[in-house]
Amino acid sequence: MTANLLTLWYLVASVFFILALKGLSSPTMARRGNTFGIAGMVIAILFTLAIVENYNLILAGILIGACIGSIMARQVQMTQMPELVAAMHSLVGMAAVLIAIAAVNNPAAFNVPDPMPLGNKLELFIGTFVGAITFSGSIVAFGKLAGLGRQFRLFSSAPVVFEGQHVVNLVLGLVMIGFGTMFFLAEDQAWTAFIAMTAIAFVLGVLIIIPIGGADMPVVISMLNSYSGWAAAGIGFSLNNPMLIIAGSLVGSSGAILSYIMCKAMNRSFISVILGGFGAAEGAAAAGASEKTVRSGSADDAAFLMLNAEHVIIVPGYGLAVARAQHAVKEMAIKLAAKGVSVKYAIHPVAGRMPGHMNVLLAEAEVPYDQVFEMEDINSEFGTTDVVLVLGANDVVNPLAHEKGSAIYGMPILEVAKARTVLVNKRSMASGYAGLDNPLFYMDKTMMVFGDAKKVVEDIVKALD
Amino acid sequence: MTGTVDPTVLNLVIFVLAVFVGYHVIWNVTPALHTPLLSVTNAISSVIIVGAILAAGPEETDFGAILGFFAVTLAAVNVFGGFTVTQRMLEMFKKKEPKKSDG
Repeated sequence: MTANLLTLWYLVASVFFILALKGLSSPTMARRGNTFGIAGMVIAILFTLAIVENYNLILAGILIGACIGSIMARQVQMTQMPELVAAMHSLVGMAAVLIAIAAVNNPAAFNVPDPMPLGNKLELFIGTFVGAITFSGSIVAFGKLAGLGRQFRLFSSAPVVFEGQHVVNLVLGLVMIGFGTMFFLAEDQAWTAFIAMTAIAFVLGVLIIIPIGGADMPVVISMLNSYSGWAAAGIGFSLNNPMLIIAGSLVGSSGAILSYIMCKAMNRSFISVILGGFGAAEGAAAAGASEKTVRSGSADDAAFLMLNAEHVIIVPGYGLAVARAQHAVKEMAIKLAAKGVSVKYAIHPVAGRMPGHMNVLLAEAEVPYDQVFEMEDINSEFGTTDVVLVLGANDVVNPLAHEKGSAIYGMPILEVAKARTVLVNKRSMASGYAGLDNPLFYMDKTMMVFGDAKKVVEDIVKALD
Repeated sequence: MTGTVDPTVLNLVIFVLAVFVGYHVIWNVTPALHTPLLSVTNAISSVIIVGAILAAGPEETDFGAILGFFAVTLAAVNVFGGFTVTQRMLEMFKKKEPKKSDG
């Protein structure tokens, strides 16, 4: 197996990875795409195995990893996907760091000249610190999403902020780059500089994620997804491996694009999300809310209203995910359809805690994906809709987004307020993530149905009989 | 123009082209599949297992090889976990036969 042949096989694997991503352009092509991805991975691993001497450690590692990975993938609930994705990013980050340390220790094992050329060292520095930040940042993201905030304050879904935080992060970042530069310029292996840089990177990873609040997680997950790609690409540069560069760049771009989409959908700049501190008032009732009254009703009332409608649009939000109500919603939709009511679903890009979160929950409940519409495609229909049922969504349907001066001004929202009747299910009148009151709740055409989303929807199903 | 091309420059060429390809391919992913996109890109980034294999591969089991073992294990979790969970999600997006409603 010459280097040339190996690299050509790596090219095949890279093409397969591109085809895997192309497959995601539609649900019909997607499964074939995943098969290409798996094939690419098999090729990459098999041909790399062909050039190493000692298989024992490798096979042991693959076996253990395969068991853990498969079990985890089969058992995870769709409502836990955000946590799982966050946790998996951390593994790639740590793998990058470990490989980098091994490369500094023994470049010859990777076919890299010893002493390492300047270019490779720089790339190793980049791959390592991005990997370390990805690792610790993803652990914090996992903690926030899994709701571990009570055990460890760092994992609280409310932002963790402290005085001078941004200055501390900046200083640490500069110190880290300083050590990295020392490592890069040194004649010898420069272990001390390398380790110092890596240690600081781990700390930075924690510090940059803790000030970000729970509902900004879609951006954070996408960002960490991107970083894990750049870490892989950085390692690819330093090991002169084109496939790692290509795969890493694909992933890096993907995460970056998702982050951009999420930020646009919240009308907040990436920098403002990363600097954090938003959403500190989660759960507190907004000022002035106590004066106005809301119309509230029961599940029976809601069922009656929907039965007499021709067009119903359901807007799922994080509340649906938390309550695991997706299956009950599907049942409700079937019953409505049987009585001649047309049911559609409207998804806001940042509904939930992860891009595409609501779509996956609905797909799990076997809701046909041609009934599920993205915001741009369905927003014009709210004007001709009889009833909208909002399940645990708040800021994404808040008309204050049209008002200059409000905290969410400019954010694209689902124009739920234009429908004839609006039903809103929430557990209480507590404000949403942005800490804002929502005028939608006080409109005459709106009826609140308080309670856990799953319980309320199940009650509606019973009432529809 | 003198001399042969430094590998780093070739790598840079590959990198820039890959980013272009990535940009165009990813913008064509339908928003409904953004979650499987996250999980499959995670699986793809675990091709870093190749670097781990090289680390763990030398004849003598030294410090680097031990690190390589751990890196292989972590990456393998993502490889198997990532593709499996993606497959699981994509199967949920199958178009079902329209069921007769059960009233």
